[in-house]
Amino acid sequence: MTDTATDAGLRIQRVSKDLGGRTIVSDLDLDVAHGELTCLLGPSGCGKTTTLRMIGGFIYPDRGRILIDGQDVSGLSPERRPTAMVFQNYALWPHMTVFKNVAFGLRLRKLPKREVAERVEKMLDLVGLSHHVHSFPARISGGEQQRVALARALVLEPKVLLLDEPLSNLDAKLRVRVREEIREIQQRIGITTVFVTHDQDEALSISDRIAVMSGGKVEQYADARTLYREPETTFVAGFVGAMNFYAGKAVPGGLELEGGVVVPCDELSTGASGDYDVGVRPEDVQVSPDGDGAEAEIVREVPRGHFKELVLRAGPNEIRAFVPAELATVDRARIGFARALLYRDGALQRAGAPALI
Amino acid sequence: MSAVESEGVVLGDLEQAELPVASTRGRGSLVRGVAQRSAGLLFAFCLLLFMVGPLVWLGLRAFSGLWDFPQLLPSDWTLQGWRTVFDDKNLSHSMALSFEFAPIVTVASAAICLPAAYAFSRYRFPGRRVLLISIFATNAFPKIGLYIAMAGVFYSLNLMGTFMGVVIVQLIGTLVFMTWIPTAAFSAIPRSLEEAARDVGAGPLRVFFRVTFPLAAPGILVAMILSFLAAFDEATGTFLVGLPNYVTMPTEMYTLVLNYPEQVGAVFSILLAIPSVVLMTLARKHVMGGRLAEGFQIR
Repeated sequence: MTDTATDAGLRIQRVSKDLGGRTIVSDLDLDVAHGELTCLLGPSGCGKTTTLRMIGGFIYPDRGRILIDGQDVSGLSPERRPTAMVFQNYALWPHMTVFKNVAFGLRLRKLPKREVAERVEKMLDLVGLSHHVHSFPARISGGEQQRVALARALVLEPKVLLLDEPLSNLDAKLRVRVREEIREIQQRIGITTVFVTHDQDEALSISDRIAVMSGGKVEQYADARTLYREPETTFVAGFVGAMNFYAGKAVPGGLELEGGVVVPCDELSTGASGDYDVGVRPEDVQVSPDGDGAEAEIVREVPRGHFKELVLRAGPNEIRAFVPAELATVDRARIGFARALLYRDGALQRAGAPALI
Repeated sequence: MSAVESEGVVLGDLEQAELPVASTRGRGSLVRGVAQRSAGLLFAFCLLLFMVGPLVWLGLRAFSGLWDFPQLLPSDWTLQGWRTVFDDKNLSHSMALSFEFAPIVTVASAAICLPAAYAFSRYRFPGRRVLLISIFATNAFPKIGLYIAMAGVFYSLNLMGTFMGVVIVQLIGTLVFMTWIPTAAFSAIPRSLEEAARDVGAGPLRVFFRVTFPLAAPGILVAMILSFLAAFDEATGTFLVGLPNYVTMPTEMYTLVLNYPEQVGAVFSILLAIPSVVLMTLARKHVMGGRLAEGFQIR
């Protein structure tokens, strides 16, 4: 944490915000390094948009500080902050052409006309919209509007770029393409970016780090792999990716689930025995026709393209497993867990200092 | 405008009337169908006559000399009515006065109401709804009662028979247009458009003049036109407060009807209608675009 703190482009320190008598964000801490793309990921109402709007200056925090490049901006209005926001609905000005939308901020800065035109054209070129310079926003597609909004934000060369669910108004195919474009542009100009989304796919695929939020707090702040492999809390475990949850007991050689079902397990997050909340990723469930695993019957089979999802039942426990599509269909099978995460009071229990590999 | 619409109805009925004849239906239903359509046609025609008739009569009367009852058209054409109006110092003076009051009242109304409309749309303050409704309520009561009450106040403030007094009394009738329509227009602009302008570096005032105002302009234009017409056509209050110093066109009508030949009244009516027709034609796009229809939906 110390190394990121020194070169943090954006630091949020113990920020709280109450709205309408409800605490939306409480004691939030977040560091975003220079040139890093951080996602705020969480369900609606978790405070992610409020956090973003506080960074942009549209709401002021009740407590705490927001620093950009070491400078406290907490009290500054949006027009005085070195931030630029891409709004969920793009918020393009319908009475201005694409060119004028992008040029508006530069013109306010009283730059010479030539320079304004040059910078706008360069930016529209970067987002691939040179052919729509003189179109009105209503005349171009949703994806194009999105890119205009991005160009309008980037042309001012802000220190921090803020994106508020920028892809939610696009259809699924376009969403994947545009998010890759955003990531590419972000990396090319190396701008510190905060990206708000409720879509974990989006977050996992474009972020350097992801802050999973719930109830106005950051549950976990880590890169995509760590977040998926070692979710610190049951909330993160359930929110990011699919997860089987059981109340279970660590016993020698495996896990005892409800109904006295003992499932062998190769790897546990902690070796200490006792009662836990157990989380198992569906791809970590090993299904074989025979062997020494726990007995289970296959209830349902769902084709998912390159793999298939099996719904199994072992005693009272329902187990979801992702297995290769070519696995032969059987009625009964033996199951084991390759890896299980053990939680107590919602927090991941580890086997001492070295974390899971 | 209404004439065009009525004709549209008539034409539509004619086209539809021909269809059932081609189909093989019973004689009775055919007769009934024709009868129904004839009745519809007759009704549409009556409506047309009712709305356009007086206007046609007015147009003819303004240029007619002798026009006795049984004749369908005047037997004698003349511009005497027009000459009378333009030669009469009083009448031309009242015309000038009307065109002086209406723009002043409109601008004053805009200056007072537009900031209020912005506040109504953008801020949730205590008493917001009550104030909005009360502005509307000024139109709900008979105006004459309001004017009499105002006259009492105006006497004590020495506003009776003054320019200012007339402006204020005409202003009352414009308040509802100038507040409600722009409030709806401002409310229709997503806040994020303003926030985006703040974000790229515009201060609150610049945001208003570069983003909010241009986007609300069509609604504001409609409100200004309606206010202009309301002020231009206002007669009762102006009569009560303005006499004898300020006689506008509509108040002049009172005297005109009693003291002048019919033609002069017709000419004057046409003159009085010109601003309405011109402004409505200009604003047609915005009025027809549903802005006015949507105008009174304020959350």
